[in-house]
Amino acid sequence: MGFFDQFWQLTIDGLMVGSLYAVIALGYTLVYGVLQLINFAHSEVFMLGSFGGLFAARALLPDHGVPGGFESVCLVAVGLGVGAACGALAAFTLERVAYRPLRRRAAPRLAYLISAIGASLFAVNLAGKEFGRQNVDLPDLFHNGTVFTIFGAQVSTQSLVIFGVAIAMLIGLDRLVAGTRLGQGIRAVAQDADTAVLMGVNVERIIIVTFIVGGLLAGAGGFLYAMTFNASYNMGFVPGVKAFTAAVLGGIGNVRGAMLGGLLLGLVESYGGYLFQASYKDVIAFLVLVAILMIRPSGLLGERLGRAA
Amino acid sequence: MSRGGSHRARRAGDAVAHPSDPRGTGAAQTVPGARRPSVLDGVGGDPGDLVVEARDLSLRFGGVTSLDGVSLRQRRGEILAVIGPNGAGKTSLFNCLTGAYRPQQGSVIFWPQPGRPAELVGRRPHSITRLGVARTFQNIRLFPALSALENVQIGTEVRQKYGPLSVVLGLPHARRAEREGVHRAVELLDLVGLRHRTHELASSLPYGEQRRLEIARALGTEPRLLLLDEPAAGTNPAEKRDLAALITRIADTGVSVLLIEHDMGLVMSLATSVAVLNFGRMIAYGPPAEVQRDPAVIEAYLGASADAATSAAGPVPTSSASAGPTSAGPTSAGPTSAGPLLDDAAFDGDAQGGPGPGSGPVGRKELG
Amino acid sequence: MTGPSGPSGPSGPSGPGIPGQPTFPSRGGTGAGPGPGPGGVDPGALDPGETLALTTRGTAGPSPSRRASLGSGDAPSSDSATGQAGSPGSVGSAGSVGVTSGGWEPGNRRPPWHPAELFSPARLRLLGVMVLVGLLAAVVTGRTGNSDKPLQAAWDSIVDPRIVLFLVLAVALWLVVVLGGELRALVTRLATPVRAPFATAYGRRGGPIGLNLVLLAVAIIAPLLFSTAAQQSMVNDIGIYALLALGLNVVVGYAGLLDLGYIAFFAIGAYATAYFSSQTAMPWHAPFTLNPFFVFPIALILAGLAGVILGAPTLRLRGDYLAIVTLGFGEIIQIVANNADSITNGARGAFGVPHLSIHLPGIDYTWGIEPLPYYYLLLAIIVLVMIAFGRLERSRIGRSWAAIREDEIAAEATGVATLRLKLLAFAIGASVSGFAGVLFASKQFFNPQSFSLQASFFVVAVVIFGGLGSRLGVVVGAVVLQGLAFYLRDKVQPADRYIYFGAVIVVMMIFRPQGLVPSRRRRREIELSEAGIGGADALGPAPTGARP
Repeated sequence: MGFFDQFWQLTIDGLMVGSLYAVIALGYTLVYGVLQLINFAHSEVFMLGSFGGLFAARALLPDHGVPGGFESVCLVAVGLGVGAACGALAAFTLERVAYRPLRRRAAPRLAYLISAIGASLFAVNLAGKEFGRQNVDLPDLFHNGTVFTIFGAQVSTQSLVIFGVAIAMLIGLDRLVAGTRLGQGIRAVAQDADTAVLMGVNVERIIIVTFIVGGLLAGAGGFLYAMTFNASYNMGFVPGVKAFTAAVLGGIGNVRGAMLGGLLLGLVESYGGYLFQASYKDVIAFLVLVAILMIRPSGLLGERLGRAA
Repeated sequence: MSRGGSHRARRAGDAVAHPSDPRGTGAAQTVPGARRPSVLDGVGGDPGDLVVEARDLSLRFGGVTSLDGVSLRQRRGEILAVIGPNGAGKTSLFNCLTGAYRPQQGSVIFWPQPGRPAELVGRRPHSITRLGVARTFQNIRLFPALSALENVQIGTEVRQKYGPLSVVLGLPHARRAEREGVHRAVELLDLVGLRHRTHELASSLPYGEQRRLEIARALGTEPRLLLLDEPAAGTNPAEKRDLAALITRIADTGVSVLLIEHDMGLVMSLATSVAVLNFGRMIAYGPPAEVQRDPAVIEAYLGASADAATSAAGPVPTSSASAGPTSAGPTSAGPTSAGPLLDDAAFDGDAQGGPGPGSGPVGRKELG
Repeated sequence: MTGPSGPSGPSGPSGPGIPGQPTFPSRGGTGAGPGPGPGGVDPGALDPGETLALTTRGTAGPSPSRRASLGSGDAPSSDSATGQAGSPGSVGSAGSVGVTSGGWEPGNRRPPWHPAELFSPARLRLLGVMVLVGLLAAVVTGRTGNSDKPLQAAWDSIVDPRIVLFLVLAVALWLVVVLGGELRALVTRLATPVRAPFATAYGRRGGPIGLNLVLLAVAIIAPLLFSTAAQQSMVNDIGIYALLALGLNVVVGYAGLLDLGYIAFFAIGAYATAYFSSQTAMPWHAPFTLNPFFVFPIALILAGLAGVILGAPTLRLRGDYLAIVTLGFGEIIQIVANNADSITNGARGAFGVPHLSIHLPGIDYTWGIEPLPYYYLLLAIIVLVMIAFGRLERSRIGRSWAAIREDEIAAEATGVATLRLKLLAFAIGASVSGFAGVLFASKQFFNPQSFSLQASFFVVAVVIFGGLGSRLGVVVGAVVLQGLAFYLRDKVQPADRYIYFGAVIVVMMIFRPQGLVPSRRRRREIELSEAGIGGADALGPAPTGARP
């Protein structure tokens, strides 16, 4: 069982996880692009979205065994929808509570970071108290079999669903930012907020929308994550740090960079986790982060959406 | 032109003798021939009495060229003014000299003491300041929540060596150094006329006093070269006079002053030489009176169109280069002899007379 | 998740318009918000004459632009309400514009308790927010739920009779905020020259000596009054966290950086103690055994070194990257400690680390299982550290830190080696944390759970609560928050206490960013930077949308 026998399987797994990282990373990158701020509480948006989707899907789950066909599609869609909605609500509330009062006061940057940490601490532990402090499983929503085999690697329904949904969201967001008026507003604020104001862009609204879009993605991503693994009150932290790493890897503030960074990080982690010890998987992501910061802090694709510092 | 070329070659040879600036020599050697003739070609002088020399600086931001092959020399004790329309690259030049920006091309040699050159490009700003180049900012940048004294102390304590352990243990040498720093800071506050504001917050001072405090802070670092970025901006006529007197006094102590200023009266009354930048190129250099008559300068200031100005920039340098040295010869006793001294003497009389009655700058301008 | 919208309340109404009405770009939107703020917080930059002008209506800001934005952004009818109840600033010490204007034009206005005035849209909205905060508080303090019935616990907490108490409190708080503005206005008018220009009388050293001695006496005597062992060990924890907070204060308060993995250095100190002072505590141990006292310098250096190794590459970059790198580092240290069974004994932790002891001719003393002797040792160390950091703060180094916080570019141009000084602060902070780790470990037993990220966040909470840059403040912060933790210990599950600490952090950041016992200089910096003058941290300019 050498590394090369497993290569394709590891690649498939890496891409699946990586696409999730990419979805979460977009939240960091969008907020960073617009506010020049690391949203430390984004991982909690992800967590709350995940729980929302999970509970919704579980409430609708029929009693008889694993559902199939149309039922499955509906369940996944509802889970994604509710998850995204919960994520958006959480992100909106976060912006309202932890950021906006500080923006109103033109607080120094340190205040935002600390406030976000506080909000994160609050949300994690409140979730822990309400939902219990152990892992919560999501029952299968569809029959998870092998769909096809490629180079000896089995591609399961689940990986296909996750990868497909994630890629669809990534493409959708890319279109949104690149091709709509809203995206134009986001890019304008990211480049120069002061000028954007003069040009009639409602910065306040753009900021809120950015948080909401990031929340939608993170919430839906959270549901996908819960489908693969499980949910728990502190599930946000590790994927959060990894998604941030992905965002920096691609060039923070850069939407396509976040996508590329997510997929790359997923692959690196998948290979690395096989070569080293699985429990040190998280360490790999961190080392990647430190390495990029030291070698190429502007990331692979450069910081395009936002200003370079 | 051939004379200028040989000068440059000799300078490059000099630089080779100093192993501390390999980059400088590299840049200097690539200059001859490759670049168009520089306005500096005629200005002679030993490296010995230079305090700073910028060679062929180019700075680009993306597609925008902010400095385009600018060369500049300043002699010790000289007050050199850099003027030019907005966006001409004056502040960019300052930022290259102080390490805030790193030019893509060119080198900056600085002589803290005669015969001891140091390359500035590639150094971090704080290390350049420690070498002896201090600056002020166009938009005042004080430490707003520190007192005036503390602001200057930051400068006076820059070269002190004692570490955290000496502080914590209260070792005598640390205490002595601290007292010394305070003492010098108070002296400097006295010099700029802010003694009565010693314990007030920097942000609570009026605008003109903030400008002077910033100068005091820069002087605290014991510079050999002081860069002032529009020190008179936003000050009233009385403050302007005080400022002119202050700058003269600073130059009298042997500090070379490099000045960006829009107020022509002030420039003409203070500066021993004037360099004019436009569109990132130096279009004229020489004594104030000469520069003021230079057609290229007049064109740049009277708002010739961009096309006309760039096309004019071609022939102009040669003309001003030829005009520069010849005119500099008679008025300031020629660059190769004891030029700086005579320059200072010649202009000190004016500058000291100038600030007093208030007609100084204006009268001077009319004279020029 | 509707809950946490609570604290936004006071900020919500500070917007110019009626609820639901979209706010126009940032001119009006942010203009009205900070308007009252600078009126109260910005005296530093102003002459006394101008300060007076602040109390008149419509000239709320120090700058013409702000003045203009206020004038255009205000909706006349809700103006007074916005001013009083609205801005976060008005809840703190700040005087508020609308209030005074109400007083100045008595003829035009109904008394504040008049229903039409009391129930203006902005105030109703504030009431709604207060009720939400009440509901959230009910949920936070209510039953513990589980994932089988996810919303059951929250629902139970809301329909519980206790909710009446919370709602009453919410309404009472609302009344205090709404009518309190009027009361304060009255007081303000009676004691007119409220603000002297605060520039003079500067440069005094430390606090008054008398006060310090009294506080020290309290710190010495207070633990003697505690009887139970639990209380005495709480006092011990206060000491440890006070020490940790003093160290983190150097990083966050002095250098203006954010270290979120601070406990990792604490862990380094603790594991170093186990490694060097015991052959049995961990599978991995030194070939010799040292008295824990000799581990102090080793831990100091090791932790400081770790800080330098971590900080040197990161500090070159944008300031907030340091936060996330330290966050990752903190997590990794815990992962390694938890998993490396053959080195650190894994999750079981280290057992039987020897107590601190002195064996000198004439003195032979061992700090045993009793908490009080430990406490006094800690107290002595804390006092020494406070004195040392006080000296540091007033020295060239402290001034340079202040310069970096206030204007990094100017500091660099004045010759301050910004990178090295930031690294120094980071290393000093790490060293103190490592030092505290030795004290912690020499109480015989520890496991990796003590080094969780939450513990790091708790130290951040202590520093924020007590007051950035204030030595006395962070010690007071440790006393209050550790006291809160102790008080909650029997009331809620241990992990649930972090809900409260998280809330404390957010609330402090919104309402009192300078902390409970602020450092004078830090408070001034925050005020000035919020008025657009200078900075207050080493993390770069304030984020987008922030400038009023």
